[in-house]
Amino acid sequence: MQGFLLLAFSLVTTAHAEFCRPDAQNAFKVRLSIKTALGDNAYAWDASEEYLFKAMVAFAMRRYSSQKTTQISNVLLCNVTDRVSFWFVVTDSSKNATTVPRGEVEAAIRMTRNRINNAFLLNDRTMQFLKISSTLSPPTEPSVPIWLVVFGVVFCLIVAGIIFLIVSGIQQRKKNNKEPAETENLEEKCEATVTIENGMPCDMLNLKTGQINGGYAADDERFTPL
Amino acid sequence: MEKSRPLWDNPLQFVFACISYAVGLGNVWRFPYLCQMYGGGGFLIPYLIMLIVEGMPLLFLELAVGQHMRQGSIGAWKTISPYLSGVGVASVVVSFFLSMYYNVINAWAFWYLFHSFQNPLPWAACPLNSNHTGYIEECEKASSTQYFWYRKTLNISPSIEENGSIQWEQAMCLILAWLMVYLCILRGTESTGKVVYLTASLPYLVLLIYLIKALTLHGAVNGLVYMFTPKLEQLANPKAWINAATQIFFSLGLGFGSLIAFASYNEPNNNCERHAIIVSLINSSTSIFASIVTFSIYGFKATFNYENCLNKVILLLMNAFDLEEGFLTADNLNHMKEQLMVTYPNEYVKLLPQIKNCSLEAELDTAVQGTGLAFIVYSEAIKNMEVSQLYSVLYFFMLLMLGIGSMLGNTAAILTPLTDSKFLSTHLPKEVISGIVCFINCIVGLTFTMKAGNYWFDIFNDYAATLSLLLIVLVETIAVCYVYGLRRFEEDLHLMIGHKPSWYWKIMWAFASPLLIISLFIFYITDYILTGTLQYQAWDATQGQLVTKDYPSYALAVIGLLVASSTMCIPLGALAIFIKRRLKREHRSTVA
Repeated sequence: MQGFLLLAFSLVTTAHAEFCRPDAQNAFKVRLSIKTALGDNAYAWDASEEYLFKAMVAFAMRRYSSQKTTQISNVLLCNVTDRVSFWFVVTDSSKNATTVPRGEVEAAIRMTRNRINNAFLLNDRTMQFLKISSTLSPPTEPSVPIWLVVFGVVFCLIVAGIIFLIVSGIQQRKKNNKEPAETENLEEKCEATVTIENGMPCDMLNLKTGQINGGYAADDERFTPL
Repeated sequence: MEKSRPLWDNPLQFVFACISYAVGLGNVWRFPYLCQMYGGGGFLIPYLIMLIVEGMPLLFLELAVGQHMRQGSIGAWKTISPYLSGVGVASVVVSFFLSMYYNVINAWAFWYLFHSFQNPLPWAACPLNSNHTGYIEECEKASSTQYFWYRKTLNISPSIEENGSIQWEQAMCLILAWLMVYLCILRGTESTGKVVYLTASLPYLVLLIYLIKALTLHGAVNGLVYMFTPKLEQLANPKAWINAATQIFFSLGLGFGSLIAFASYNEPNNNCERHAIIVSLINSSTSIFASIVTFSIYGFKATFNYENCLNKVILLLMNAFDLEEGFLTADNLNHMKEQLMVTYPNEYVKLLPQIKNCSLEAELDTAVQGTGLAFIVYSEAIKNMEVSQLYSVLYFFMLLMLGIGSMLGNTAAILTPLTDSKFLSTHLPKEVISGIVCFINCIVGLTFTMKAGNYWFDIFNDYAATLSLLLIVLVETIAVCYVYGLRRFEEDLHLMIGHKPSWYWKIMWAFASPLLIISLFIFYITDYILTGTLQYQAWDATQGQLVTKDYPSYALAVIGLLVASSTMCIPLGALAIFIKRRLKREHRSTVA
């Protein structure tokens, strides 16, 4: 019994070593930069974190259609370093002693990359799956570029200012042209009024009776009546 | 009724107009570069000497001529001597060339200003490539700010031969810039006088805000200390003195006719001597003030890049040797590099080409001037500040104010002689003349919005005004001192400002300034001859950097045409008047 267990154990470890080693077929290297991402809130990388990682990869494989039966024990980790980097490989539970092809694992990870990142509070840059290209999210572009809006506003303001200045300039010039003509009219009117207002109404001069000038009252009889 | 000449509302408007014109982009992007290249704080010595010897006297001369003659440049020089009407025409031609290409800078400032209202700033990150797996290659090789300038803004072609099409976004911004200039000059001094209050004062407000912010940035002190420690050995370099003289000369905007135009709208008894001193001092102190801001920004950017470089090396080593995070820091990096070299010699040698030697000095040494400084270096620094949108808007608004202020002077130099001429002013109102000038400039300026437009811009920037202005100012000085007569000029000044100019001004006008200009002129001519073929910097999209190329023959022809068309006006003008007089004399002798 013990011998059987020992044999099984050694088989498993050799299988483990055979599948999961640096640059093995269908194996991926993962590199985490926990301290860079979280600073003082960084957690230590220990066996529990590794278990979570295996769970996330198994979850990813399950989400990706064809590997519905992936177990956590199918995900093998090895060569964990202080950097926090390690290699992992996914064994196929249905077929014995094989690993899931590279393309499938890559597609599964890409599909659920966001969930895996969030489970570890990291992002695409601080949790790197080497050789799995990440899909970068393009910046959201508004339907009308903002610069056109600002351009339109400034353009309308300036054109309005120009039109205002031109129109007021034309009006001022028209007023200036009208003024010389108006001053002529005014002068004629003044002459007309002057004839009326010049000291004594001119009409009165035509009257037979004039105003007697007290200064010449003594010489009154000498003058012939007007 | 005789139409009286429009005047500034008060002398302050005149001073503000001169400051607005003189303080331009050159103070922001040329002076800091010169300071850096020619000995840091030590450069101030030749600069201030040249200011006193060359700047103030020539500025005083131009303002006095304009104020006394009360006409634009063509009329003013014609009054001094009919044979000098060519000088006025040359000034107008040079101003015309300048306004053609200068407003394109305002168009770029508008473009960046409008794009500053986005979060994040569009030049903060590289755009993604077509299948979203990485960034666009050109942007990776260069930097995101360079990519935004060369690709998104200019959409530059690989060389000047490939013209490409007009970029409609730039064309729209250029049209907007010209509409803005038209709005400001539409009513002559009435509108210009009010606008210059804004264009002269707002840049100082922004510079003050930037000074306070820049001094608080991390690493700013590095820049200030590095740049301002005087390297006095540079004083022995003649290029330092020549560049100081050139900078003072072009910074004040002498010879374009703008100062004459502005002064012609003055009251006859305006104290132009005091104003000349004030304007030149303010111009120089603005340069120094702007360079403090620029050096702080340099320091911040250099420190940022240096720390980035260090972090990249640390990351590379950590990844290659699977070291624990925090094991390598900036302080122990050199020591650890040696250790790693000993422990893992093979792998380390393989990594060696990728490990860059990060140096703060090398980052600080990258000297940039011109549009590169204003639009690439500054925007790179801004994108790393907090609340970057606010600082971006402020900065490009300041550039716009500086540019519009200089444009007002340029257009005044063109329009004042045109509106002075009886022929044009009787047939067309002032608004129509301004409109036609702006329209023609705008249409020609559209060539600078083509893909190769920036190369043509550089041609105009380097060659349209340099030699011609030196010649124009030389002729001006000699004309006033020797043709018009220094004694007569003295008396005119006595009438205007109430006292005769002191012996200092007279010596400068008669001897020092002309000698200085002649030596600058000789230096430039020999420099052009010695360098042989002229070259330019072209942007190589595949490498993501600038490469040097030779100008094709037709570009050289354009350069020659630019220089010749303005300088030839002077002798041709004299010749034309000479011939006219000969014909008149013959006609009179045949009639009599």
